[in-house]
Amino acid sequence: MSEKYPELRANVIAILRGIAPEVEADDLRDDRPLRQQVDLDSMDWLNFLIGISEQLKVSIPEADYGRLVTLGNLLDYLRAKLG
Amino acid sequence: MFDFTLPSLGADMDEGKLIEWKVKPGDTVRKGQVVAIVDTSKAAVDVEIWQDGVVHELLVEPGERIPVGTVLATLLEPGEKPPPEGAASAGERAGKLTPAAAPGASEAARQRISPAARRRAEALGVDIARLMGSGPGGAVTLADVEAAAQPGASKSAETVPVAHPEADRNAEMRRAIAAAMSRSKREIPHYYLVETIPMARAQRWLAQVNEGRPITGRLLMAVLQLKAVAAALAQYPEMNGFFRDGRFESVPAAHIGVAISLRQGGLIAPALHDVGSKPLDQLMRELADLVKRTRAGSLRSSEMSDPTITVTNLGEQGVESVMGVIYPPQVALVGFGRIMERPWVEDGTLVVTPTVVASLAADHRVSDGHRGALFLAELRECLQRPEEL
Amino acid sequence: MRVSYREAMRQALHDALVSDPRVFLMGEDVGRYGGTYAVSKGFYDEFGPERIRDTPLSELGFVGAGIGAALGGMRPIVEVMTVNFSLLALDQIVNSAALLRHMSGGQVSVPLVIRMATGAGRQLAAQHSHSLENWYAHIPGIRVLAPATIADARGMLAPALADPDPVVIFEHAQLYNTEDELRDEPNEDWRCDIERAAIRRPGSRLTVITYGGSLPKALEAADELARDGIDVEVLDLRVLRPLDTETIAESVSRTHRAVIVDEGWRSGSLAAEVMARIVERCFYDLDAPPVRVCSEEVPIPYAKHMEDAALPQAAKIVAAVREVLNV
Repeated sequence: MSEKYPELRANVIAILRGIAPEVEADDLRDDRPLRQQVDLDSMDWLNFLIGISEQLKVSIPEADYGRLVTLGNLLDYLRAKLG
Repeated sequence: MFDFTLPSLGADMDEGKLIEWKVKPGDTVRKGQVVAIVDTSKAAVDVEIWQDGVVHELLVEPGERIPVGTVLATLLEPGEKPPPEGAASAGERAGKLTPAAAPGASEAARQRISPAARRRAEALGVDIARLMGSGPGGAVTLADVEAAAQPGASKSAETVPVAHPEADRNAEMRRAIAAAMSRSKREIPHYYLVETIPMARAQRWLAQVNEGRPITGRLLMAVLQLKAVAAALAQYPEMNGFFRDGRFESVPAAHIGVAISLRQGGLIAPALHDVGSKPLDQLMRELADLVKRTRAGSLRSSEMSDPTITVTNLGEQGVESVMGVIYPPQVALVGFGRIMERPWVEDGTLVVTPTVVASLAADHRVSDGHRGALFLAELRECLQRPEEL
Repeated sequence: MRVSYREAMRQALHDALVSDPRVFLMGEDVGRYGGTYAVSKGFYDEFGPERIRDTPLSELGFVGAGIGAALGGMRPIVEVMTVNFSLLALDQIVNSAALLRHMSGGQVSVPLVIRMATGAGRQLAAQHSHSLENWYAHIPGIRVLAPATIADARGMLAPALADPDPVVIFEHAQLYNTEDELRDEPNEDWRCDIERAAIRRPGSRLTVITYGGSLPKALEAADELARDGIDVEVLDLRVLRPLDTETIAESVSRTHRAVIVDEGWRSGSLAAEVMARIVERCFYDLDAPPVRVCSEEVPIPYAKHMEDAALPQAAKIVAAVREVLNV
């Protein structure tokens, strides 16, 4: 599987590792629900999104949370936001 | 003058290791100030003093393993004059090392060392008073003596093998949880109640609140749930407190132990203090901080010893409901399952609505199912009026 | 040659009956029935009722008769069905057999062998399940043996018969069905010593001391511990009186730690005696307090799960070892 936006992906995973240090980039599948692959509770998830919004300078309204299920969803969403 | 003793930082703790003093003789301390860091099986804990005073004498060296109740330091009351030099004899000071009122105290004070280790230490010229024991009951064993006698081994206590090196923390924590949970199931006659709670109002309200806020100011449903538990506890105080020495001690404030799982396994449920009296925004900040410090292993002693009830939110991991095991000496545990859409009848019409299954595990020595049911009903009502929380 | 404990004991008895005309076997159901534990099966037909003698249910009577026969120059083997019933014969064993050499100023001796089953684990309830070996191990004037292996079951009887004084042999009822390889011996001479304890499994970190029916459990525990890298020695007492203190002290001085496993009750147990000798002899070599694994202090229950819970088990031994080693 070719990975989308390798640079963006690497950035996002680096932020994720700040929350869940055990995550290995190669083990993550872009097409599976992220919170099933990585043990993230709602506080972890919020901190993850806070990290993304602060480091990548994007705002993520809560209404959009529902669309961000897989890592692929998230990367597409950020790609669109970042233009 | 008063004694500062090692507090029990949870039902599963009976000893700890002093890592570091944060104060020195002559320092003025305020109630709640962190004065020492103590390693327990679960975490390195910042131990707070519970009274204002001036540090007079530190009686325990960093690296020492000490039973709960051991006098760690003596302090002067604010304004009290230090006693004249030499007034506290060495004998008296040694006596102060004895945990107050603990049975078998004299045994705890005498260093435990096996006969074989004592003889070997003599032969090798090792100072046994500096050794930390790895044997049963913290006894110094042959292996401890021989390790200390190795060339290059520093004579200081920190470098001698101890029973709780970092790598063993997981096994230690497992043992600690096993002890507490076994005790709970052995001693506490649990009863369990469940209630399905509609969450549409709470979700709507939360979405509205969060809509206008930057991501760093948003609230989590978990905070709303904790606040609702505190509100319900105000009506049903027999769920909030401790069962000790055959009787229930009610606690006016709801110090809710929040079950926080650790990434490397295990769990800690430190207290979010006085949930009932704090606004949601403050609770959200404090919860975020508590989770962060729990995961980083830097908790405060009051957070370890104060929880009056535990709330677990296993719904985060996707289960529908959870039947909890009460953490002694607490008397109740509230569990939230996953918020999920379920068929629901409202005003005679079948609708699909988000609901959560809330459960109560409570101590039948303290409360009865009838009161427990009323508590859960109150919790349900509180979550229907999120704006009042 | 793979042999069961029962068969090893049968062969030893057979040898004794064949090799010495003074030897005869006497007890309840040893003849026509073939022995309560089928150890003397076929003997009645082979040796006849003179030498394989069924007795009435009267332990006091037939143990006394055995003592008389021994005094009269015979070499009787008296079988008592279980140690529980032997209490009826205590007066004969303690007041007569054990004392007659002393009381007669050395004029007479009692070359008597008394065999009895002991121990629990087969749901025979309280009156058939107790371990009272230490009652006999307390008495000067008798030798007490506890064969726990096939080789000892095969080899202890002959030297016991050769002993001029009374010897009590305890056969744990749970051992009869155990099997092991029996080594071929030159001239088919399986006699073994009845003096020394034996190291059944060498090890370095702790000595598990046991005997009789608890030996297989101790070895099982040692295997389990070995899988976790914990290397323990297993010592089989073999001879319960006189105790081989030297072998015990040598082992414990080397490993510095001891767990004593005894199916008897803890209070006043043989384990207590072993522990006392360890402390007397090895105090300065001990690196941790010795620990005992004994039966719970209750009448041994009938219900399987409760009987299991009351007895020493491999898991309890493992836990005790871990406690002593703090691992």
